[in-house]
Amino acid sequence: MPFLNIHSAGPGLTVQDLGRPGWKAQGLSTGGAADRLALFEASAILGGAPDQAVIEMMGFGGSFSCDAPTRFTLTGAQMQADIDGVRLTPYKTQILRPGEKLTIGGAKSGVYGYLALAGGITTPPILQSRATHLTAGIGKRLESGDRLPFATDPDLLSPPCKLTPQDRFGGGQIRVMPGPQTGFFATDTLADFTQTDFTRSARGNRQGIRLDYDGNGFPISGGLSIVSDLIVPGDIQMTGDGIPYVLLAECQTIGGYPRIGSVIPADLPTIAQAGPGAALQFTFLSVEEADVTAQSDHVLLAQLRSNCVPMIRDPHDIGDLLSYQLISGVTSGDDLERP
Amino acid sequence: MPTDPELLPLGIDGILVRFAQVLSEAANAQALAFKDQMQNVQIDGVTEVASSLTSVRIGFDPAQTTRAAVMQAIRGQLGSAGASTDGPRRIWRIPAAFGPDYAPQLAEAATLAGISRDRAIAEITGQITRVIAIGFAPGQPYLGMLPDHWDIPRQSNLTDHLPRGALICAVRQLIIWGADAPTGWRHIGQTAFRVYLPETGTPFAFEPGDAVQFTPVSDSAFQAIKADSSTNGGARCEVLR
Repeated sequence: MPFLNIHSAGPGLTVQDLGRPGWKAQGLSTGGAADRLALFEASAILGGAPDQAVIEMMGFGGSFSCDAPTRFTLTGAQMQADIDGVRLTPYKTQILRPGEKLTIGGAKSGVYGYLALAGGITTPPILQSRATHLTAGIGKRLESGDRLPFATDPDLLSPPCKLTPQDRFGGGQIRVMPGPQTGFFATDTLADFTQTDFTRSARGNRQGIRLDYDGNGFPISGGLSIVSDLIVPGDIQMTGDGIPYVLLAECQTIGGYPRIGSVIPADLPTIAQAGPGAALQFTFLSVEEADVTAQSDHVLLAQLRSNCVPMIRDPHDIGDLLSYQLISGVTSGDDLERP
Repeated sequence: MPTDPELLPLGIDGILVRFAQVLSEAANAQALAFKDQMQNVQIDGVTEVASSLTSVRIGFDPAQTTRAAVMQAIRGQLGSAGASTDGPRRIWRIPAAFGPDYAPQLAEAATLAGISRDRAIAEITGQITRVIAIGFAPGQPYLGMLPDHWDIPRQSNLTDHLPRGALICAVRQLIIWGADAPTGWRHIGQTAFRVYLPETGTPFAFEPGDAVQFTPVSDSAFQAIKADSSTNGGARCEVLR
């Protein structure tokens, strides 16, 4: 079984997949990639299943090598990357060969970058998933010196392709649907919420991100005594100080702070990828409008696959152009006639 | 008896059935019974059923069904719902320390409840509580209900870190802390109990409905319990039926 060696690891590296649905009754949230769209994008580029495990990199990457050749791609946050000093672009099929070192730096835009190998990371599954769930004590942050098994690339020589990422790395307008507690907030408070310019605070992790703003809070009367209730990723919780937190993949399953509404899944990647200081505004949809945005994983993947385009390499991008045998096949013309 | 539960959206793939906006034993019994009922019926497109203190979330796959169809199915089930009256199946007895190092906010919580610190300990350990919900973190129990004067709100700021096994309180409930996450609840005691053992075949200690009683121990006795890895924090579980 081939291994991916981690020579150096940023502080926020974990193995992730699409998580563990179905354990909310036991208090375990689905977890999985903070930006699950990035896993579907990687699947579209590499042809593997979208539930294969990848390495999620929060804010900063690391350096890696492998002991069997494999295709890979980088999706999610834009991170500077190179193989032995030769610059890579994300969202393309790349190949890493034994003896080469892949180095991934800091995020230039976005927060969560993903390193996906064609065959997927094959660490032992726990409760049917390989996703690290830090708050649940499943798995751990990756460290320098770790070795991760991966499946041999089933199709190393398949034609490379590239994808234009769905833009979600600079904040923007976020759509929110009503939740069970939206009605606890006064109409004026809801209006204030949609008219406030928020910025993504520096405080945030896979559980959720905090939003900063100028102005009054978003309180409800008796907000600190409401009954704890089931919550889902995307929910916007108001702490007692009226500070909103948007919950992400690794959120808790029950919470007591009132929730003003829930970010629809289609816009959750934009929340997850909003870097510190990114501007965010919220707008409410009706339940009917929100339901229309539901998209099955199957349709999403088909759409991304159809957006992949074959990659024709520009000679300018080939750093070691002169090492290629560019005139193979040319003969003097009389080879066959020679004795 | 609470009636007319509300059906509310909770995400584009979920419906929350809320039996009450205020926690009561009756509403909790209704929620737990309805969760059991919904787990035992087959409804097209329903993927997941989970309960909290006074509500049940029905998760569905929007690619297989619609919100309207699931709402209709839920209303049909509500017509035949009945609250469970069974007593607890098991009782847990769990040692807890209440010295100042292990209960940094006990005095504050007792003041908010209008009682002395000693009385607070006596009430926390004298009462047999029930697991009224499991959640927030894996296996983490919400235990209730303490007497009315314990209806103290959460603190407005968040405590960043609590040690695992911390006993915390708010809104007439106790929780044995199982997560590394911020909380607004107050730290009023300490157990060495782990609510969730991911490395074992039975990772979740509690079931909704279990009875739990805390046994007060001195700080030194607690340290000895904590150092002993042969038991889960000195807890004993007795099967009642």
